[in-house]
Amino acid sequence: MANIVQVLVDAIALGSLYALVGLAIGLVFGVMRLVNFAQADYITIGAYALVVPTASVTPPLLLGALPTAVMIGGVLLVVVVLALLTERVAFRPLRNSNPSTLLISSFAVSYFLQNLVMLIHTGRPKSVGIGQSLANAVEIGGVRVPGVQLLTMGVTAGLLVALVLFLKKTPLGIQMRAAAENFQMARLLGMPANRVIALAFAISGLLGGAVSLLLTIQTGTLDLRMGLMPVVYGFFATVIGGMGSLPGAALGGFLVGVASVLLQTYLPADLRPFRDAGVFTLVILILLVRPQGLIVTSAAKERV
Amino acid sequence: MKSKTMPSFAAIGRFWLPVLALVVPLALIVTVTGQFGGLSLQRTVIEMLISIVIVVGLYVFVGNSGVISFGHATFVAIAAYASAWQTCCEMLKPITMAGLPPFLRDQSIPLLPSAIVSVLLAAAAAFLTGLVIMRLTGLAASISTLAVLFILNVVYSNWDSVTMGSASIVGLPTYVTAWLALACAVLAIVIAYLYQISAFGLAIRATREDEVAAAASGISLYWSRLIAFTLSGFMVGLGGVLLAHYLGTVSINNFFLSFTFLALAMLIVGGMGSLAGAVVGVVVITAMVDIFRRLEGGISIGGEQWSLPAGTQELIIAAFMLLILVFRKDGIMAGREIGLPEQAQREKGLING
Repeated sequence: MANIVQVLVDAIALGSLYALVGLAIGLVFGVMRLVNFAQADYITIGAYALVVPTASVTPPLLLGALPTAVMIGGVLLVVVVLALLTERVAFRPLRNSNPSTLLISSFAVSYFLQNLVMLIHTGRPKSVGIGQSLANAVEIGGVRVPGVQLLTMGVTAGLLVALVLFLKKTPLGIQMRAAAENFQMARLLGMPANRVIALAFAISGLLGGAVSLLLTIQTGTLDLRMGLMPVVYGFFATVIGGMGSLPGAALGGFLVGVASVLLQTYLPADLRPFRDAGVFTLVILILLVRPQGLIVTSAAKERV
Repeated sequence: MKSKTMPSFAAIGRFWLPVLALVVPLALIVTVTGQFGGLSLQRTVIEMLISIVIVVGLYVFVGNSGVISFGHATFVAIAAYASAWQTCCEMLKPITMAGLPPFLRDQSIPLLPSAIVSVLLAAAAAFLTGLVIMRLTGLAASISTLAVLFILNVVYSNWDSVTMGSASIVGLPTYVTAWLALACAVLAIVIAYLYQISAFGLAIRATREDEVAAAASGISLYWSRLIAFTLSGFMVGLGGVLLAHYLGTVSINNFFLSFTFLALAMLIVGGMGSLAGAVVGVVVITAMVDIFRRLEGGISIGGEQWSLPAGTQELIIAAFMLLILVFRKDGIMAGREIGLPEQAQREKGLING
């Protein structure tokens, strides 16, 4: 029994992490029909901001050396600024392009940023120790939960609630939902397009920064591709959740995270390395049954 | 352009002009570099020709359907690995790839049949993937091709007994010369050209312009895309076999995101709307990559050793692609084929709709 509870805790922790990434991607997709590959590099760069750029495998800390609150603020700030910068430089000039062009351009931005990190920090994986005290497990009712997982679940829950409140209660949040529903119409009714899109990017940066901190605490390593798998999972989360639907993105994130942990646990040992392939196959199968995703928004429906 | 007494000859010339305009310069490049170029330049030319096979193959689907595919590296890898299984390192195979079926493990298969089988396998894989994915449209289809790429990468990276995991398979016979690569590039261009002016090609181009109107005119989105996807898989498979037997090694990590990015960058920079765009994009990007690779390697100016830091090339290619997307979104060729002015006019109405 305890074993099943353990698996569930793992599943929810991973699912909530992917839900965060899915939301970040879903928000930006909602306002400008952009599937943002560069989200992966927001996460990577946020984590790399913790250390001084050197060729060393155990680099001295940069932002990571600061007091916890300042460090968190610093990383979030770096990622938010980066997200806004990519929006301004690369995506704003392309705003009226079709989704395919936007997708390709975000692929290019991602490739650019990834190689930029490689140029500055070299391509070697590095180890970084922040928040080691969180690695200790806490025992709750016979189940040992690592502190990191508690933190992940707590942070995700907090951010989800904050995001929902923001989207439901504040004028900007309502404008953002209106933009996701029908951008042209919202604009005609006076929604400030630039501000709302920039805000969507800022929030996606904020979520990206949170994910990069959580990932770094979890693994203790920095890697050029550390953001890649979470973001690929985030893509699939938004697609199976229903593109343009924010609850869908969060739901999709939970689903792929849970599926991933379940496959990891219950697949025979020699098939476990193929876990990701299993999850991705599942994604394609879900799409076959529901091509529009689980939660279909009116924006996603074809109009003739 | 021929005399009026031979109208059929002129008509044939006009028909093939878009192909000749691409093939003749390529043949010239091969001839000239073969005569006067250094070894590294000749290698660059062969790489360029193989890229043309792959990017033209990619164009057959992406360019004609307008659906971006991130999954074509999958079919390149499938063909490359299939060829490696059949032709590579007879002595070592039973040890390093013990999981292969006996008829592959214990013998080598002649080069030509093995190449044909490999390419057909890539086409079959594309057909089977397409059966599923072509039911989706737009972004969902693009993201699903990305899923396919990841699935293959995960499987081949971990299927140790057959693919040697993420290690390289070395010791493939290297038979690819500049002329063979040229022949395959010409074949790819001819196939792509004949396809895009065929009824199937026109149908899928109609779906690219307007899915709803095309469907209303009786065109099946699903079948037209599935045909293009399969043909496209066949052609990039050919590129995969060439690549494997040019490098002599196969490694799954070479067929992942960087490979996908470079192939898409070539297609986008040239302009994904036309065959000429695909070829021009390959030539331009190959030239840029080569120049910056040399600068990164270091050159001496006035006795002073001078080099760019490693990784500059990737940054510049990515930035260049972004600039193209912002300032010339349809690429260098902007959807035009190279041909007579009147021909271009006619095509604008006929082919580019």
